[in-house]
Amino acid sequence: MELTTVWFILIAVLWIGYFTLEGFDFGVGMLLPVLARDDRERRQLINTIGPVWDGNEVWLLTAGGATFAAFPEWYATLFSGFYLPLLLILLTLIVRGLAFEYRHQRPEAAWHSWWDRAIIVGSYVPALLWGVAFANIVRGVPIDETKDFTGTIFTLLNPFGLLGGIVTLLLFLTHGAMFIALKTDGDIRHRARALSVKLGLGAAVAAVVFLVWTQTMTGDAWSAVLFVVAALALVAGIVMARAGREGWAFIGTFVTIALAVAGLFVALFPDVMPSTTDAAYSLTTTNASATHYTLTVMTWVAVIFTPLVLLYQSWTYWVFRKRISIHHIPEAELEGVS
Amino acid sequence: MDSILDIARWQFGITTVYHFLFVPLTIGLTLLVAVMETLWVRTKQPEWLRLTRFFGKLMLINFAIGGVTGIVQEFQVGMNWSDYSRFVGDVFGAPLAFEALLAFFLESTFLGLWIFGWDKLPRGLHAGCMWIVHVGTLASAWFILAANSWMQHPVGYTYNPETGRAELTDFWAVMFNKVQLVTFPHVILAAYMTAGAFLVGVCGWLYVSKLHQADREVYRKGLRLGAAVALVAGLGVAISGDFQGKVMTEVQPMKMASAEALYDTKDSCAPFSLFTIGTPDGKSEKFAVTVPCVLSFLATGSFDGKVEGINDLRTQYREKYGQDPGARYYDPSGDYTPIIPVTYWTFRYMIGLGVLAALFSALLLYMTRRGRAPTSRWFTRMAVAAPILMLLGNSAGWIFTEMGRQPWVVFGLMNTSNGVSPGVSVTEAWISVISLTALYGFLAVVEVGLLLKYAKKGADPFEEPPSPTLRGSDDDTDKPLAFAY
Repeated sequence: MELTTVWFILIAVLWIGYFTLEGFDFGVGMLLPVLARDDRERRQLINTIGPVWDGNEVWLLTAGGATFAAFPEWYATLFSGFYLPLLLILLTLIVRGLAFEYRHQRPEAAWHSWWDRAIIVGSYVPALLWGVAFANIVRGVPIDETKDFTGTIFTLLNPFGLLGGIVTLLLFLTHGAMFIALKTDGDIRHRARALSVKLGLGAAVAAVVFLVWTQTMTGDAWSAVLFVVAALALVAGIVMARAGREGWAFIGTFVTIALAVAGLFVALFPDVMPSTTDAAYSLTTTNASATHYTLTVMTWVAVIFTPLVLLYQSWTYWVFRKRISIHHIPEAELEGVS
Repeated sequence: MDSILDIARWQFGITTVYHFLFVPLTIGLTLLVAVMETLWVRTKQPEWLRLTRFFGKLMLINFAIGGVTGIVQEFQVGMNWSDYSRFVGDVFGAPLAFEALLAFFLESTFLGLWIFGWDKLPRGLHAGCMWIVHVGTLASAWFILAANSWMQHPVGYTYNPETGRAELTDFWAVMFNKVQLVTFPHVILAAYMTAGAFLVGVCGWLYVSKLHQADREVYRKGLRLGAAVALVAGLGVAISGDFQGKVMTEVQPMKMASAEALYDTKDSCAPFSLFTIGTPDGKSEKFAVTVPCVLSFLATGSFDGKVEGINDLRTQYREKYGQDPGARYYDPSGDYTPIIPVTYWTFRYMIGLGVLAALFSALLLYMTRRGRAPTSRWFTRMAVAAPILMLLGNSAGWIFTEMGRQPWVVFGLMNTSNGVSPGVSVTEAWISVISLTALYGFLAVVEVGLLLKYAKKGADPFEEPPSPTLRGSDDDTDKPLAFAY
């Protein structure tokens, strides 16, 4: 296999890692105002992802860095082209990341609720915009002969792009609800499970429309298979959630997201960013890639270190495997509650 | 500022200097917290656990902001500097990818284990997590400094006219660039010095504070540890800086000349200037106070070494780079010269502030020798000043090294003005720089507020932490978590 193809696959893997992992912690953040009734319950939710959210986010940084290294032209066109959405993602990820660490540092209720807002906005906005961005990558955007994006922010806000955003939003919400049902105990666990079924049905409808649309636009036999299995996994996840099998339900949404993203990358291949201006200007795995030598060096490093990362990241999940119930959250006096 | 170039440069400057206020403190504090916790595990002296928890908390408040502002660093290269990214990606991208894969995963994962793992990990392993976080910060620094060193002194690449970009030919040459080999120790030792100075500031203040008299011995330990670290690391910073000066003279002579505002070449015994005023156009010197021969020594290691001046170098650069207006390295102004007052003064501030911080640390160590307990106002002032001096000195160092490379973004290969994104509009760039600066400013207030709050509160009383085994236990199912957000 060509190294450029290998790296296309590895970058797909990195994005799959990012969306399957940070997907559920975005979900937890978005469900904060829906599932939690008071400050202690909000803390219960936040603590389900407390030790892991940052490691989940590193998948994004690795995907970004690997894109830069393996496909410099892709990185340059994508990041300078999708300027404002990426800026918005950056701003919201900044306040979200700080919120986890700063929220508990002061006792005032108002302080807590401001950081809660940061978590909520910082989860909704990226969850939506990543979908918009990926849908547009697959759909194609105006790119000129110098490989520069020539559209504006409004180019990206087309129906297909927006639907993509709604799909990631709903999938991450469902994924988050499944995760909460799996990782909490007590009342909130049951609420989360009931909600995950409802959200799952919404996500299924939106995802099926989006994936069928993608398939008719740019899919092939492989992407069709992946999309069908992704949809089936979602249905299975919902059925499992209804049956109270929370572990299997979570695996269901996990597989759904993984296969849907894999299908999008298959549909994209061999382009990495198709041009709607002229197919000749499309960025492909070959015309956007780094040299064979760079890719060889990167392959060695990836082969040695990626298993190690997977090993210790899995170990963290094992260390923090226990469900969190409300009793686990130390009681704290809130100041300024009316 | 009506061009995307100026806006993008300001954004890079603002966000990078800001990011690097937090980074050195994090690098150094992860080491010191790891040392403190190890001392506790080994000696069982309660003071070390109290200091571990106290500085661990301050470190986390600081780490959080360093981490989230780091994401901007990776993204803005592609957003604002897409032509730079296309040109250098084959060389520059790999260290960034490796930084994420080898360093960021380590840092984030093991920091999560450390924060939440007090009741889940055996004590030695818990302390080990902080050591691993520290190794992660070092790996991160290694890769990003290798990338930056390549911009100062490109090696291990070839220019491919067909693709119009720099292409990697020798990865190890990039990893062990001679600029990298002198820069890495300089930056890391400065980070240790910063963290040492931070301990000095916080513990020095608490040591004399009337509210914390009962815990004087705890803070004395912290103060003396911090001062010793700052002093030893400070010495290393000076030595590594000296090596850096010689490498810089060799690979970027213009940067050395502009650090000194040395306009005319000195064949031997070039003076080190303490104070210089040049003409506003930066082309000649009007007035200077100098120490004879010291610059020759700094630059070449010999008091009668030859040091080239700005004017001669400019002529050389014009001949070498000024021929082809279509080239990426071409400077249309024909100056090939950084802004002299900026390089001159930041160079001086870097050295001066660092020396002052080291001096204060030495004095504080001396004042607390053999059980002495100073209470003077100057004692507190020096202690509190030390970390502030370090933060300013760190910033000055980076402003110097980046501004001193101008007009190049990659020395001798690409002019900064050719690296900017052609497709980004001025409006977009403005939205970006304004929103990031406003958010950063706001967060600085929040962060400093929290640091001060917890620094003033002092270390919590000693509390024996749980001593779990890796299997955990089943009898504590409903016990509150040892730490929760």
